[in-house]
Amino acid sequence: MRRTILKTFAASLATLAFGGLTGPAMAQQKPVELTFYYPVAVGGPVTKIINDLVADFEKDHPNIKVKPVYAGTYQDSVVKALTAAKAGTPPQLAVLAAADVFTLIDEDAVVPIDSVANTAADKQWLDGFYPALMLNSRINGHTWGVPFQRSTIVMYWNKDMFREAGLDPDRAPANWAELASYAEKLTKRDASGNVTQWGIKVPSVGFPYWLFQAFTTPAGIELMNPAGTKTFLNAPQAVESLQYWVDLAAKYKAMPTGAIEWGTTPKDFLEKKAAIIYTTTGNLTNIRTNATFPFGVGKMPAKVRGGSPTGGGNFYVFKKTSPEEKQAAMTFIKWATTPERAAQFGIDTGYVAVTPAAWETPVMKQYVQKVPAAAVARDQLGVSVAEFSTHDNQRVTKALNDALQAALTGTKSPKQALDDAQREADRILRAYAR
Amino acid sequence: MNRSSASWVPWLLLLPALVLLVAFTHYPAVATLWHSVFSTARAGASSVYVGAENYQLLVEDPVFWQALRNNLLFALITVPVAIVLSIAMALWVHRQVPGRALLRLAYFTPAILPMIAVANIWLFFYTPQYGLIAQISQAFGWGDHNWLGQPSTALPALMVVTIWKEAGFFMIFYLAALQQISPTLAEAAALEGASRWQFFRRVQWPLLMPTTVFVVINAVINAFRLVDHIVVMTRGGPDNATQLLLYYIYQVAFSFWDTSYAAALTVVLLTLLAVVAFVKFRLLDSRTHYQ
Repeated sequence: MRRTILKTFAASLATLAFGGLTGPAMAQQKPVELTFYYPVAVGGPVTKIINDLVADFEKDHPNIKVKPVYAGTYQDSVVKALTAAKAGTPPQLAVLAAADVFTLIDEDAVVPIDSVANTAADKQWLDGFYPALMLNSRINGHTWGVPFQRSTIVMYWNKDMFREAGLDPDRAPANWAELASYAEKLTKRDASGNVTQWGIKVPSVGFPYWLFQAFTTPAGIELMNPAGTKTFLNAPQAVESLQYWVDLAAKYKAMPTGAIEWGTTPKDFLEKKAAIIYTTTGNLTNIRTNATFPFGVGKMPAKVRGGSPTGGGNFYVFKKTSPEEKQAAMTFIKWATTPERAAQFGIDTGYVAVTPAAWETPVMKQYVQKVPAAAVARDQLGVSVAEFSTHDNQRVTKALNDALQAALTGTKSPKQALDDAQREADRILRAYAR
Repeated sequence: MNRSSASWVPWLLLLPALVLLVAFTHYPAVATLWHSVFSTARAGASSVYVGAENYQLLVEDPVFWQALRNNLLFALITVPVAIVLSIAMALWVHRQVPGRALLRLAYFTPAILPMIAVANIWLFFYTPQYGLIAQISQAFGWGDHNWLGQPSTALPALMVVTIWKEAGFFMIFYLAALQQISPTLAEAAALEGASRWQFFRRVQWPLLMPTTVFVVINAVINAFRLVDHIVVMTRGGPDNATQLLLYYIYQVAFSFWDTSYAAALTVVLLTLLAVVAFVKFRLLDSRTHYQ
């Protein structure tokens, strides 16, 4: 205590003595304070992982203080960040859904990353990420988000159940026809015909549009243009995709009818109620820790091609903040995406480490040797597409989500549901398409 | 004391309450009405006067009508059921039964639990395959049902939660009212040879009328204010089957950031609640017998 007081006293004396000369240097002594919003969308101790990350950062950078704020789901987080921004006190940085980029730009809440990190070295750093992960960031010639907790959709399968059903436990269904026949074989019924074990569960509550892309991507259609002003929701391949998704329940009887909760799907898998589930690779560590049976991780089955949408969250830097704060935020972002850090975060959570360099670190190589499943999402990045994202994103997405749920619950045919969604999307995007 | 200097004293005394009322009740209501006739400011386009355009959009918005329909259904079903249940429970724990205090506590517990926690517990009850309801129905061989995932059962499933929660709360009011009824009336009725039903129908029910009016109004208002369960359990889905007005307002305002359309929706909700309050003060009060 006394020492601190003495130090402070000495410091102020020094300031007095050297006046303007040391002024800026002294100003740097006062730590820059950053508020950092982040969401949690997967199981496991993500809050602790983030707090540890921040603590490590502060150890390396004593002149920057970071206050991590858990802000709920992705949807809650963007609401909180935008509300704070509108009130004039945004967080300096936040991890928000990669797909919310148009909303953040349209609300004038964030600055392009290349406006605060514009040296040649910065450009090289930004080019160091997987190109698939930058698809949702690069808009109008600027880079708006830096990949952090990124994912693709993968399937998890229970090897014991595969063996019981007479299937090769080490091989995932490779295409749609196989997936349907596997799922049928994996569905078990008791004497009275009630299902005791489902072949497959693809969640449809929360963000069904994302899971829908796990079918449309292999079917060979992207649902929007890169500028986010047009959608192709009722293209024949999209209708075919939704028909297949509906058929898993209606025709093959291998998936429960009705909406399936996102949050409980990993739990269904762990409770041995579902043999195959679709969920984010971000759940890998959670499932690996809690599964009492051997399981496999596979890519999306192909139709005319393979592939999944990317998903998850990017770092954004907010506009109404001082230049020092923006620079400090960039320091944090660069530090958090260094190969070692990105590798460790990927290992701790299951998210895809965001740069090829991270996969070359010794710790990551060791991990992949132990858990080969971790590399599945990375290998899928080569054929991955942008997450569905348009202007007025939440509204267009809701139109699509409603349509998907209407079809999955049997209130509308896939064709009619997607026609309705497309009409609604056209209406909403009219103003932006000009 | 000087008369003229005293004239500001009552105003001064009223000031704290007045400030709170204006700041948190009257100003927001007027501001909402004001915002609802302007367009939402977007990047590149500032807010302009659009007259009734937002209300026109509202008339054409199928989700709004669905939310309104759901809300009316919700009120029409949950309010009477909750009231009947709460009267039955109150009559039950009003009598001398063993473990009366425990029973009262048990009935009242739902009302003191936090809504979010309650919704999460019910989410587990409704979970297909291994949720509580699924386990019980499987034990009897009735099979499995995806309660929250089917449009036909999602709203009724939420109604059950509301009834479970509200009935215990309203029971307390009925219990208090029953204890106010003079025991001499029961004695007189017994002397006259009235059956228990006659006593309830002719004596207790009329005397409970003020409580019933109070409870009905509160229950209806609660039905239109409901949002917590929806957020946790269904987020308005599947396909808007559980969309209620307040949750839709939240979505429009904070997901779509269409604040002026949200203001128009809020005006509709306010009007509905005002009508409910008007009915209470003007119509029901005059027909209710207060002791």
